[in-house]
Amino acid sequence: MSSTPSSVNQSAGIGHEPTAAAQEPVLSVRHLRVEFPTRHGTLVALDDVSFDIAPGEVLGVVGESGAGKSMTGNAVIRLLELPGRIAAGEVHLSGKRIDDLPEEQFVPLRGRHIGMIFQDPLTSLNPLFSIGDQLVETIRAHLPMSEREAREEALRLLREVGIPAPESRLDSYPHQFSGGMRQRVVIALALAARPEFIIADEPTTALDVSVQAQILALLKRLCADHGTAVMLVTHDMGVIAETADRVAVMYAGRLIEIGPVDEVVRNPQHPYTKGLMASIPGIARRLERLYQIEGAMPRLAAIPPGCAFNPRCPHAQQRCRDERPDLMPAGGSRAACWLHDPVDPLPPRLDLEGQEVSHVR
Amino acid sequence: MLAFLIQRVLQAIFVMFVVALISFSLFHYVGDPVLNMLGQEATEADRAALRAQLGLDQPVVVQFWKFVVNAAQFEFGISYRSARPVTDLILERLPATLELAIISAIFAVVMGIGLGIYTALRRRSWLANFIMTASLIGVSLPTFLIGVLLIYVFAVELGVLPAFGRGETVRLGDWWTTGLLTASGLRSLILPAITLGLFQLTLIMRLVRAEMLEVLSTDYIKFARARGLSKRVVNLRHALKNTMIPVITIIGLQLGTIIAFAIITETVFQWPGVGALFITAVRFVDVPVMAAYLMMIALVFVVINLVVDLLYYAVDPRLRVQGGGK
Repeated sequence: MSSTPSSVNQSAGIGHEPTAAAQEPVLSVRHLRVEFPTRHGTLVALDDVSFDIAPGEVLGVVGESGAGKSMTGNAVIRLLELPGRIAAGEVHLSGKRIDDLPEEQFVPLRGRHIGMIFQDPLTSLNPLFSIGDQLVETIRAHLPMSEREAREEALRLLREVGIPAPESRLDSYPHQFSGGMRQRVVIALALAARPEFIIADEPTTALDVSVQAQILALLKRLCADHGTAVMLVTHDMGVIAETADRVAVMYAGRLIEIGPVDEVVRNPQHPYTKGLMASIPGIARRLERLYQIEGAMPRLAAIPPGCAFNPRCPHAQQRCRDERPDLMPAGGSRAACWLHDPVDPLPPRLDLEGQEVSHVR
Repeated sequence: MLAFLIQRVLQAIFVMFVVALISFSLFHYVGDPVLNMLGQEATEADRAALRAQLGLDQPVVVQFWKFVVNAAQFEFGISYRSARPVTDLILERLPATLELAIISAIFAVVMGIGLGIYTALRRRSWLANFIMTASLIGVSLPTFLIGVLLIYVFAVELGVLPAFGRGETVRLGDWWTTGLLTASGLRSLILPAITLGLFQLTLIMRLVRAEMLEVLSTDYIKFARARGLSKRVVNLRHALKNTMIPVITIIGLQLGTIIAFAIITETVFQWPGVGALFITAVRFVDVPVMAAYLMMIALVFVVINLVVDLLYYAVDPRLRVQGGGK
């Protein structure tokens, strides 16, 4: 039992963490492009998205609905809804390219190397199978264990995620658990084979506020214990601020800012990120009305040329309408905005503080 | 569990009681059997004697009570036409109908589920599209036309299969005759079984496909795939079990209609079953046979429904928990 891959992997993950972080990212996404061919032409759902996640790191991914957050996770684990497909770019897992693997070779990676947690724990578990069955089948799909060993392992996992009296719950069915308990079971399932990387797609959105904090704390603790890297997809900046090490901001299928969480939250560089941060209600500030960014995110079929944010951006100039900016160093982060062009930065047209106030009507 | 079972059995008994009432009312609304049996020349005394013999002179409530008591013992009186006990007539014909129904049910369920899974999983392949298009024909063509077409192609033109009858039969036990043990019996079964089962097959197939596509798009299937379970396990263990819950009900009801609709197939293929018996009974206003047939079909439906309810119970854990009280 002591030589099972799970324990080997676990100790390796912890041991490597400090050094490996500097050496090789556990996940590396390069110029990822996801397209949906439709009758009315091809929709580009993700456009030239590149980022890395270091071993053990938590990368928060934020953005509005439809910005491409979940799409990025689905593309990495290759569970895109049809007819969506990866049209260009590369995905590397621990240095090995995985986006071009045939499906048969990709299936064993899921769960074993890349885990995934979905938004709604009420629908993530198959209602017709006991949670013990679902755990045992997942464990046995990845690890060479007998039925009995797998059941022991399942008990251990349930205990680890904080299910009280797991012996008596193993043969229970999902409908016999509360939402928070089900999400614990989902986490146990996602971590059953000790993946080095998991995608958590809005893991707390469907839960009660009181349960959200518990689940986040659990996820954070387990991943820290096992050295698991996390891509945490959410639209809740509070969750990001509490949980993530770095944060990536997405807009209209593009990555527009990425950097350490403190930098991005305190000192956002992209005008969109600034607007996003300004629109979060705070206890310290007393406002008549919450700040909002004028306009709405463009539909995928109607993304403007140049910077996708230019129609809503207070600084937009001709260049923003003609050329698309790549990520450029900006303050402590990197932002895709011509204001930060290292060679020829655009002058900001307005002081954003003033602009922000003028928006508060 | 026991409370659930008792409740369902009581419901079944109630349904049978209502059907008995309808069957019984046949005796009063479908003409006067005495006139039919004795013809124009009979005297009033003859008619009264026959009425008394058949129990038709007694009060309605007494007649109904007797009917129910007898029906509960599978006793439906004497056929007006052949003057033999109705139960004997039905038992004589029942094996032919049951064998035909069971074989076409197996054909419809096995092929229907199999093709349904195939067309759901290979949604975009040309073969799946072809099967779906072809299934429209199965749904829209009337049964008798399919039977006639099959007879024309396989019996008349190709001459490979018999066009009518049951072939040679072998007697098993007291009253059961089977065509399943002789070559000619089996050959005779093929065309009627396909005719009778084709509609159910296409229906089951389209239902399985639709349900499976819906299940395949659920979160728990996506999560099962994200956990790294193989395609086979995801499709045939997780998705199929969830698909079968609504499908079981429809299959159950369809099995009932297979027996009920056997009338048409039996007529086309001159199959010596209860359906053919019923058609003759209708023609001659043989009310006891009609009433017995009605009761038999109702019993089949009620029993199948009971079995479906119990299957639900076995498949869906959500019912098991609340089950007793529901």
